[in-house]
Amino acid sequence: MNKKVKQAVAFTFFRLLGLLVVGILCWILGFIVYNGIGVINWEFLSSSPEEGMSAGGVFPAIVGTLWLIAGSIAVAFPVGVMSGIYIHEYLGNRWIVRVIRVMTNNLGGIPSIVFGLFGMALFVQAFGFGDSILAGAFTLGLLILPLIIRTTEEALKAIPDSYRAGSYALGAGKLETIFRVLLPVAMPNIITGLILSVGRVSGETAPILFTVAAYFLPKLPNGVFDQVMALPYHLYVIATSGTDIEASRPMAYGTALVLIIIVLLMNLLAAASRVYLGKKVKMD
Amino acid sequence: MKWTKRVVKHVIEGLFTLSGGVTSLAILLIVVFLFKEGTGLFSSPVLERGYTLCVNAANPVECLDARQIKQLFDGEITEWQEVGGKEGEIVLFRFEEVFSLYGEEELGEEYALLPRRLEEIVAKTPGIIAFLPDEYLPAGEEIVKRLVAGNISPAQFFGGGEWQPTAGPAPRFGVLPLILGTLWVSLFAIFLALVPGLGVAVYLAELADDRTRQWLKPMIELLAGIPSVVYGFFGLVVLVPLIQRVFDLPVGESALAGSVVLAIMALPTIITIAEDAMRGAPRALREASLALGATHWQTIYRVVIPCASSGITAAAVLGIGRAVGETMAVLMVTGNAAVMPRSLFEPVRTIPATIAAELGEAPAGGTHYQALFLLGCILFAITLVINLSAEVIATRKQGKGLGV
Amino acid sequence: MIETKNVDFYYAGFHALKDISIRMESRTVTALIGPSGCGKSTFLRLFNRMNDLIDDTRVSGECLIDGEDIYHKSVAVDELRKRVGMVFQKPNPFPKSIFENVAYGLRVNDVRDKSFIACRVEASLRAAALWEEVKDKLRKSAFALSGGQQQRLCIARALAVSPSVLLMDEPASALDPISTSKIEELIADLKRDYTIVIVTHNMQQAARVSDKTGFFMMGELVEFGDTRMIFSDPLKEQTRNYVTGRFG
Repeated sequence: MNKKVKQAVAFTFFRLLGLLVVGILCWILGFIVYNGIGVINWEFLSSSPEEGMSAGGVFPAIVGTLWLIAGSIAVAFPVGVMSGIYIHEYLGNRWIVRVIRVMTNNLGGIPSIVFGLFGMALFVQAFGFGDSILAGAFTLGLLILPLIIRTTEEALKAIPDSYRAGSYALGAGKLETIFRVLLPVAMPNIITGLILSVGRVSGETAPILFTVAAYFLPKLPNGVFDQVMALPYHLYVIATSGTDIEASRPMAYGTALVLIIIVLLMNLLAAASRVYLGKKVKMD
Repeated sequence: MKWTKRVVKHVIEGLFTLSGGVTSLAILLIVVFLFKEGTGLFSSPVLERGYTLCVNAANPVECLDARQIKQLFDGEITEWQEVGGKEGEIVLFRFEEVFSLYGEEELGEEYALLPRRLEEIVAKTPGIIAFLPDEYLPAGEEIVKRLVAGNISPAQFFGGGEWQPTAGPAPRFGVLPLILGTLWVSLFAIFLALVPGLGVAVYLAELADDRTRQWLKPMIELLAGIPSVVYGFFGLVVLVPLIQRVFDLPVGESALAGSVVLAIMALPTIITIAEDAMRGAPRALREASLALGATHWQTIYRVVIPCASSGITAAAVLGIGRAVGETMAVLMVTGNAAVMPRSLFEPVRTIPATIAAELGEAPAGGTHYQALFLLGCILFAITLVINLSAEVIATRKQGKGLGV
Repeated sequence: MIETKNVDFYYAGFHALKDISIRMESRTVTALIGPSGCGKSTFLRLFNRMNDLIDDTRVSGECLIDGEDIYHKSVAVDELRKRVGMVFQKPNPFPKSIFENVAYGLRVNDVRDKSFIACRVEASLRAAALWEEVKDKLRKSAFALSGGQQQRLCIARALAVSPSVLLMDEPASALDPISTSKIEELIADLKRDYTIVIVTHNMQQAARVSDKTGFFMMGELVEFGDTRMIFSDPLKEQTRNYVTGRFG
C-alpha cells in the first residue's frame, strides 16, 4: 500500500473515532434529555417524592445536594487555598514540595468509595457526628481538596515574579503581597477550580452513601446534624431499589436530567469565569 | 499596634503551614483508620461473634476450620471421620431447633432452663454438632465440649475463593473473586477504551484544526464531568438490555456491561493525558521527520507516538486506576454475583461495588464490617500502586527504551 | 538549479518576504546572511515547503527547482522533501539508534531491501565524515554522540535519501569551534555533489564556505552576488555597513 493511502486510511479512522466519542456523548445526553425533559417542570423541582417515589418530585434531594455543596466548599475551600499558598509561596521548590505534591496527587487518585469508608469511620463513628450533613460535607470536602489545592497552585504559578518583586519593592511584607497582589490576580483561576469542584460534589454518590444520604426523608434538614436526601443517591435508589422500579422510571430520568443540567451549568460557568474574570484582571 | 499585627501574621502563617500538610495528614488518617478497622478482622473468630460450636464430650474432634464448618453445615461433610473424628454420622443442630423440641414451660422463666435443655440434647446425641449462642451455653465441660474454631487468617482472606459474608455459622471472607472481578472488568474496559482514546488523542493533537478542538475539548471535559451514577443509570436502562438482546443472555447485567460503561468513563482520562503527551513531542523531531520526506502519518507513528510513549502508558495506567476505583456505575450494571469471573457474559462483583452494597447492612465493628474495611485497604493499596507507577512512568526520561 | 521569481511571503498579516528573485546554480554553496528576523530562514524554508506547517501563511510568485514550480498543486510535498534535504540549527537526532536515524528517510519511503539500506547508511555516514567514528556503535543511541557528531549524523540522515539540494539553517550555531570547522570542511566536500543553501549569522563562515552570498534585510534581498565581491566590494551601502560590522 502506498504511504499516501495508508495516511488517508489512518486519518479517516481517527476522524471516525473522534466522531464515535462525540456520538457516545450525544447518545447519553440525548437519551437522558429526551426521556427526562417531559418530566421536569416546576412541580417536579418543588415537591417531595410521593407514592413510593413513583410520583412527585425531587425537592428534598435538591435541597440536600445544595447543603452538601455549601458544606463541602466551606470545609475545603479555605483549607485548599491556604494549602496552595503555603506550597507555592512558602515552600518554593524544596524536596518537601515534591512529597506534598505526590501526596496531593494520590489523595486525588483515591477511589471515592474509600473516602466513603473513611468518612464513616472517622466522622460518623469516631467523631460521633452520626449520619449527618456535617459528616458528608467533611468527606466530600476531603474529596475535592486536591482539586482546589492544585488549581490554587497553578493560579499562583501563572503570576509572573515581577508582581511579587514589585510589591516587595514598595515595602510590602509577604502576607500583604499575598492578600493584596497575588490572591486578587489568582482568584479567577481559583474560582474556576471551585466551580468544577461544585460539579464534582453534586454528582458524587459513593462518599455519601454511608455518611449522610437518606433513602427517603419527608422533611427538610434543620441543621448540620440532620441527614439529607441527595440527587445522585436518589437516582441510584429509584433506579435500582424503589418499590416499583418501572413506575418510578420517569422520576429517574428527571433526576438524571437535573444532575446533567447541574454539571453542564458548572462547566459553562467555569468556562465563562475563565473568560470573563480573566479579562477583568488583565484590564486592571 | 505593632505587636497585634505580628501576632496576626504568625497566626495566619501558622494556618498556612497547617493547611500545607493537610493532604498528607488526610492520607495518613485514611491509612490508619482503614487498617485499624480492617486488620481487626484477623483477630476475629471464624464463627459469628457470640456463638460457639459444641460437640459431645466423647467426640475426639477438637477444632475445625472455617472451610470445614461451612461444608459441614452445607451438608457436604456428613461423617465425623472426614474431619478427623470417630466413625459416625454428623448431626447438625442449630440453636433455633431447641424451640421446636421443648415447650415454653420446659425452658423456664426467661429461658433460665435453656442451658440445661441444650446440655440434655448434646448428651443424648453423640454425633451432634451444635451452634449455640454463648449466652445459653451449658456450663459444664464434662458433657459438652466447645470446639476451637480459631481466628480468621490472612491466608483464608487473601486466598479464599468464596465471599459469603452473611453465611452461618461461619461467614466466608475470601476476596479472590472480588479482586479478580475488579481486575477483569477494569482491564477489559481499558482494552476497549485504549484504541478509541488514543485515536482521539492523535486526532486532537495532530489533525483537528483550532475550531474543531475548541468544541471537542469541552465535550470531552463534559464526558468526564457526568456523574458516575448517571453512567450507571444509562448503562442499566440502555446497555444492559442491549447486551442481553445482542448476546442472547439470561441477564444483561454482566462483566461486559461494566467494562463498556467503564470504558466510556475512562475515555476522557486517556484522551487528555495522551494528547498532552503527544503535544509534548519536540517540534524539532517532527520537522526533521517531515524534512526527510515522511508523510504526516509516518511522522506520527514513527516519531510522535514513540516520543509520547511514556505519557501514553501513563494514560493507560491511570485509566485502569480510575476504572478499578469506580463504584456506582459498576454496582448498577455488573449484576454483583460474588463468583470467580469466568466469562464476560456473566455477572461479576468488584471490590468497590461490594463495599457500597454491603456496608450499609454490616453492623459497625462486626467481622463483616471489618472485612469491608480490609477491602477498602486493598483498593487503596491497588490505586496507590497504580498512581505512583503512573507518576514514575510519566516522568521517566523521554525516548528511553525506544525501538532501535 | 534553484530559482525564485518575485516571491512574496506572508505570516498572517505580516509581509515576511518581499518580491525576491534569485538564481542559485547547481553544485554551488549559497550563503544567506542578514540580521535576525530579516527573513533568511523563512526564505530557506520555502524550498522544502516547511513553511506549510505554519497555519495562516501565504506564498505568491514562483519557486523553481530544476525548472519545476514546487508550489504547483501537482507537486507531492513529501516527494519534494526527499529531493531537498534539510539540516537544522540544533542537532535533532531521533531517539533511536545511529543506524536507524540514518535509515529513517529510507524506511519512510518504503525501502525494504536490508542490504541496500545498510549500504546507503554507510555511504551517507562516510559522506558526512562520521563513519570512522561510529562504525562500531551503529546500534547505540544517537544521544550518546557529541553535539558536533550529532549534527553530522543529521547531515548523514539528510543525505541518505539522495537529495539534490541541501538546505542548512545555521548548522553550526550550536556547536563548538572544532566541530564547526569540521562541518565547514564537510560543506566544501559536499559541494561536489549537492546544491547547498546555508543560512548563517556568522559572516566569516559565509565568507569561508560559500560561492555566492545573498544579504537580506527587513524581508528584502538587498544584494546577491559572488561571495568575494559581497565581502570586499559590495554595491550597496547597507551591505557594506553590515559586512563591516557598522550595522546599526
